[in-house]
Amino acid sequence: MHNNPKEPLIHMTRRGALPWYRAWGIRLLAIAAALLVCALITTITTGLNPLAVYATMFSGAFGTARRTWILGQDVAILLCISLALTPAFRMHFWNLGGEGQILMGALATASCMILFGETLPGPLLILASIVTALAAGAVWALIPALCKAKWNTNETLFTLMMNYVATQLVAYFVIVWEVPKGSGKIGIINQSTEAGWLPVLAGNRYLLNILVVAFLTVAMYVYLTYSKHGYEISVVGESEATARYVGIKVPKTIIRTLLLSGAICGLTGFLLVAGTNHTLTTTLAGGQGFTAVMVAWLAKFNPLHMVISSFLLVFLSRGAGEISTIYGLNQSYGDILTGIILFFIIGSEFFISYRLHFRRPHRKDAAQGSAPEQKSAPEQTGTQEQGGKSEKGEVTADV
Amino acid sequence: MDKTTPAVALRGITKTFGPVVANDHVDLDIRRGEILALLGENGSGKTTLMNMLSGIYYPDEGQIFIDGEEVSIRSPKDAFDHKIGMIHQHFKLVDVLTATENIILGLEKRGRLDLKAAARRIREICDAYGFVIDPDQKIYEMSVSQKQTVEIVKVLYRGADILILDEPTAVLTPQETDRLFAVLRSMREDGKAIVIITHKMHEVLDLSDRVAVLRKGQYIGEMATKDTNAQEMTDMMVGRSVSLNIRRPDPVDPKPRIVVEGLTVRSPEGVLKLEDVSFEIRSGEILGIAGISGSGQKELLEAIAGLQRVESGDIWYVEDDGTKDRLIGKDPLEIQKLGVALSFVPEDRLGMGLVANMDLSDNMMLRSFREGHSVFTDRKHPHDLAEKVVDELEVNTPGVSTMVRRLSGGNVQKVLVGREISSAPKVLLTAYAVRGLDINSSYTIYDLLNRQKEAGVAVVYVGEDLDVLLELADRIVVLCGGRVSGTVDGRTADKNEVGLMMTRLGGGKELA
Repeated sequence: MHNNPKEPLIHMTRRGALPWYRAWGIRLLAIAAALLVCALITTITTGLNPLAVYATMFSGAFGTARRTWILGQDVAILLCISLALTPAFRMHFWNLGGEGQILMGALATASCMILFGETLPGPLLILASIVTALAAGAVWALIPALCKAKWNTNETLFTLMMNYVATQLVAYFVIVWEVPKGSGKIGIINQSTEAGWLPVLAGNRYLLNILVVAFLTVAMYVYLTYSKHGYEISVVGESEATARYVGIKVPKTIIRTLLLSGAICGLTGFLLVAGTNHTLTTTLAGGQGFTAVMVAWLAKFNPLHMVISSFLLVFLSRGAGEISTIYGLNQSYGDILTGIILFFIIGSEFFISYRLHFRRPHRKDAAQGSAPEQKSAPEQTGTQEQGGKSEKGEVTADV
Repeated sequence: MDKTTPAVALRGITKTFGPVVANDHVDLDIRRGEILALLGENGSGKTTLMNMLSGIYYPDEGQIFIDGEEVSIRSPKDAFDHKIGMIHQHFKLVDVLTATENIILGLEKRGRLDLKAAARRIREICDAYGFVIDPDQKIYEMSVSQKQTVEIVKVLYRGADILILDEPTAVLTPQETDRLFAVLRSMREDGKAIVIITHKMHEVLDLSDRVAVLRKGQYIGEMATKDTNAQEMTDMMVGRSVSLNIRRPDPVDPKPRIVVEGLTVRSPEGVLKLEDVSFEIRSGEILGIAGISGSGQKELLEAIAGLQRVESGDIWYVEDDGTKDRLIGKDPLEIQKLGVALSFVPEDRLGMGLVANMDLSDNMMLRSFREGHSVFTDRKHPHDLAEKVVDELEVNTPGVSTMVRRLSGGNVQKVLVGREISSAPKVLLTAYAVRGLDINSSYTIYDLLNRQKEAGVAVVYVGEDLDVLLELADRIVVLCGGRVSGTVDGRTADKNEVGLMMTRLGGGKELA
């Protein structure tokens, strides 16, 4: 028996839905706290002035017009991949095959440029590249989708494995088309003719990519939020039984959605080869197929919010790179800072969903009401009677 | 133990979830040697209150006294230290472990794990109270009632003498309920304090000594069971006078609407679920389907709705002019395209009928979102429909953009039934339409079904409460182990007769 009953030091309760400005307030606070911790660690470990370090980070991302354009291009590509993954993720189909699907799109584009560079006229060559890139990406996603729809295979493993196959295929064709022979590289494709290269808009080679992705972002948002397909995707993702109950053909939805997902990855591959790099390597995607998973999750699969999350990740990585160069620090140092900031941002989501109650020093009155909660959209109207899903979050231990 | 000190005394208990106040300064006494029935509508805060006793939630305000001493229950372990045990509505057992393993799970004892000794003690407990379970049986091999028994033995094994049962009879057959009640009575004789949460009035009257009523999170009052009646308790729960009679208007011009012929269904594992089932569903009539749970009710309704693969037999939809359409082999969309106006309220509301993580408005779209040629969905009509359903069926929700999973069971069901009848169906299939619903919501649903019947709809009501079936249905098809045991007239049938037909094919014949 507890003779001296004590309240727990901390106990947590689920919050009501917060208004957007409070949720963002918490996120901004988290970023501020993260910057503070980073500053502390910077001073302790390197003795550098943290403000100078942050200034360097900022100049690494925005320092010159060229840097700003590169930042924009990097954001565009990462966002494009995230947009590709989103419809699949909304359907709870965990497409981790972004890398492979991008590589296949890139391979298709490169093959068009190499094989038809001299025979097809410019616009037609670009068109052929786009079509084959979309198709190649789509096929790479279709294979796991078919197996999932038919035999309910594990899509996570399957799409992951398809990445390796794509990498090996690209490695093979790089050798087939290597220039000069024996170099193990393709080099710049059609460097003299620029056949199949995307046109340079307004004197800036990154502008077209950025515009394409901007358009795609809005289109994807509209597709997922307002179209019948988007609705079907959400229903299938939430409950396949419900989808069948209302006559949605689940396999058809899976296949259609993955064709879209793969095609947009293929498009990313096209943009990378025809738009920016004009060459093909096995590391073309550079792990962004996985970074995009984080972008999509951070934005809770909302295409518009992904603009922010992809910007944040690219900004951090470019800023971190600059710190390493300027101060002669190891690249890992930038990664540490990025890690701390992400940790705080992801952690802040906990404080958006839950509220902590701390033990009051004077517990005689037993009153607990901490910071007054403002009225907002009520969250729980008696879920407790249901003992359903929403309760599980809190029922942590039973025995 | 001092008889006058309550085993548990709650004082001024308050618990909020965000802006929702689940319990508002509740005072409650639980005494030894007594069975207390805790009553209240869905969402009135009964389970929340009990969860604070069992250490799942921690109160925002208020004090808990055990045998007169103030305590703090911070975790389920604390609750066990105070000898409080709760049997939850949803069992918390590990399927692949045996009864014994589940029962001792989480008990930290020094030294070697002695499963044999544990099993011996479990047998002792079973013998003392008349439980029948095999300690070495795996949970997944057990029936619902056996699982519940394991839950009860689990809390007894831990030495609980304050027992809380959250809707224990919702999943039991009448016979199993009787056995459970016998056990609870013998525990009462043993001096244990027992709290039971239930929506069934006759059980309250039958079993409890005292009744306490909660309404909208507030404590309304308590009384001795012998001094009250179902009407008074219901009125206290609801806060106004409610009629407890189920109407049964006469069938309106009944004509065959759906004809089921020799239906046989096997589960994907090859188990025979339905065998040679034949009957007809008529317009303007409520057809009850009775049977022990798992006798093929689910498969039967799903077969009619186009969700179940059928091995043999036929299902015909008969139109007003007598033309017949075959429903077998068609999916729900094809059935809809055929012009068959069929609505289905499935057993698993949130897992099949609705999408828990979508709001009311989006859930209204589930049936109708394909309408129109636009590639975009029409959001206006579902939104209006949602508001209409909320309005007409008195759904308790903050708004139509609230996620369905945030609603209580009764309100979820109103949303589902509201959507299904909004499409003006000719056939309305309902599976356990009032399961888990409080008495007021249940009567709302009965009334809705009756109004559909009066509008000429062929209504199928799969139920588990025989009293209700006998009051509501015009005809009752009794299933037993996947076969039709018989069809009886709802107005003349006898409860015992139907009960026997549920357990033996053809009912009393074997007895005679």
